[in-house]
Amino acid sequence: MADNIPVGSTTEGAIQVGGDHPADARVSAPASYDVADFPVPHGREEEWRFTPLERLRGLHDGSAVADGGIRTEVYTPEGVTQEQVGRDDPRVGRAGKPVDRVAAQAYSSFEKATVVSIPKDTVLTEPVRISVHGQGGTAFTHQVIEIGAFAEAVVVIDHTGDATLGGNVEYLVGDGAKLTVVSVQDWDDKAAHAGQHTALVGRDATFKSVIVTFGGDLVRLHPRINYAAPGGEAELYGLYFTDNGQHQEHRLFVDHDTPHCRSNVVYKGALQGEDAHAVWIGDVLIRAEAEGTDTYELNRNLVLTDGARVDSVPNLEIETGEIVGAGHASATGRFEDEQLFYLMARGIPADEARRLVVRGFFAELVQQIGLPELQERLIEKIDAELEASV
Amino acid sequence: MATLEIRDLHVSVEADNATKEILKGVDLTVKQGETHAIMGPNGSGKSTLAYSLAGHPKYTVTSGTVTLDGEDVLEMSVDERARAGVFLAMQYPVEVPGVSVSNFLRTSATAIRGEAPKLRTWVKEVKEAMERLRIDPAFAERNVNEGFSGGEKKRHEILQLELLKPKMAILDETDSGLDVDALRTVSEGVNRVRETGEVGTLLITHYTRILRYIKPDHVHVFAKGRIAESGGAELADKLEAEGYEAYTKGA
Repeated sequence: MADNIPVGSTTEGAIQVGGDHPADARVSAPASYDVADFPVPHGREEEWRFTPLERLRGLHDGSAVADGGIRTEVYTPEGVTQEQVGRDDPRVGRAGKPVDRVAAQAYSSFEKATVVSIPKDTVLTEPVRISVHGQGGTAFTHQVIEIGAFAEAVVVIDHTGDATLGGNVEYLVGDGAKLTVVSVQDWDDKAAHAGQHTALVGRDATFKSVIVTFGGDLVRLHPRINYAAPGGEAELYGLYFTDNGQHQEHRLFVDHDTPHCRSNVVYKGALQGEDAHAVWIGDVLIRAEAEGTDTYELNRNLVLTDGARVDSVPNLEIETGEIVGAGHASATGRFEDEQLFYLMARGIPADEARRLVVRGFFAELVQQIGLPELQERLIEKIDAELEASV
Repeated sequence: MATLEIRDLHVSVEADNATKEILKGVDLTVKQGETHAIMGPNGSGKSTLAYSLAGHPKYTVTSGTVTLDGEDVLEMSVDERARAGVFLAMQYPVEVPGVSVSNFLRTSATAIRGEAPKLRTWVKEVKEAMERLRIDPAFAERNVNEGFSGGEKKRHEILQLELLKPKMAILDETDSGLDVDALRTVSEGVNRVRETGEVGTLLITHYTRILRYIKPDHVHVFAKGRIAESGGAELADKLEAEGYEAYTKGA
């Protein structure tokens, strides 16, 4: 499929051995908690070049002002606590600093951070649920999910309604803990949502992130992985369905600076409609000290109609040869008229043929995500997305 | 009895911003239970006839009619034609990533039959059809045509023919690229369907080889976009001996 890139799309890729850090060079200013340390982007910076800045609704230039029009509700199962804390709380900002102006704006602007704590050794039987519902307003939010050693939990964050949201999330994953986080962007058509999701993965801990983006006018998320100690494992899954006029951007960074850690990235997206634009950036850096690293990243896109655009840029940078494995793949293919003809020539109506192909495209990923309740919801959503625009 | 009637069919394609007429007045009647071989040199328009009957959007019918039991086939969409009983076994079956053979077959059978086949009998039906065509059971979980060998693709086409039970089967160069064993297996499959007496078969081929296994009732020589000569099985023997030269002269 790699040789079958729709007009206007790009699939780039690079593996670099040694040298400067292009992954670091992607950011035009050093990471900082203070928005004043970042110049207002003009659009030509490496990290902003794919983003239509005017559709950020002022999140990038200081003109977006919080007005309380977004409601956040947290449901915590027994044994789980939540607190509202200030910026001075030691858990806030611990997973990593903001790396771009919008993330720093959110960090500088939130009033209180929400800290959800899952105590050590606690194995949850039901998910922690965080519902973020926009009522047309603007908000800056900061959430910290902290899970103690050997605890196991699933956290589901749902984003709905219309909003302008600068929202950062931090995950502090204790030694030997297992944390699965699902972030669903099911916004109304007008919403703009940008944020940095930073995880600090403890010794022998497993962090699984599932990013599901269906809605919004513009969604730009930046999942980042840092390892606190050896033996950490990160699985980063993403599923997006980009429609007519939507801009959905997922930028990942996995910083292998610790020995014997693993990362596996699988993002898949379907696009349909005029000016649907999906961007996927996958930066993986294996630093000299990260011996025994095992990493793989994959991005696949399925373009269903003309007029949609994909920019897919995997970038793997390796500073040590003492690794278990490292690889990446990116491909963008079209749903072909010939495929449609073949299926229809077997009696299958056009809309059902398209549904068959799209379900098939996502099936393996949906299985890998491995949460039965979410699987059903995803398949329903995918069908609904197809229904809405066929 | 189902009858496919093709009358004065003219078909064009768009190529390099020019319209090129490929079929120049085809007349043919195929009745249920009959087998017609359409033979002709490369570029004579045989495959265009096959794809036009199935409704491929690349081909434009400029005049003429095609009816199946009096129903206007040309008015139907591709899937409607299939549901009306027209089946095209393709020369180059298309890969459909992410869609398993078993899912594809069941979806297709559901569409053609108008209701989902009962799961228990369906599984048995598919299994037996696959055994007859010497298809590995693991095949069912592979994606449609993805990574299939030439022989596997053709067996898969004939598997669909057996399961979908069309009124009119158009086999477009089903023999091309097959070794003798695969050709025999595929031909046996076609013959099983023919023996039901419920299908009219349009066997499109460049070579006479497949006619050793599938005996046609009628042979038509296709040249320059129309049928140049029609006859019985003996016409194939003549072609075997003399080739197509007599029909292509003056091209």
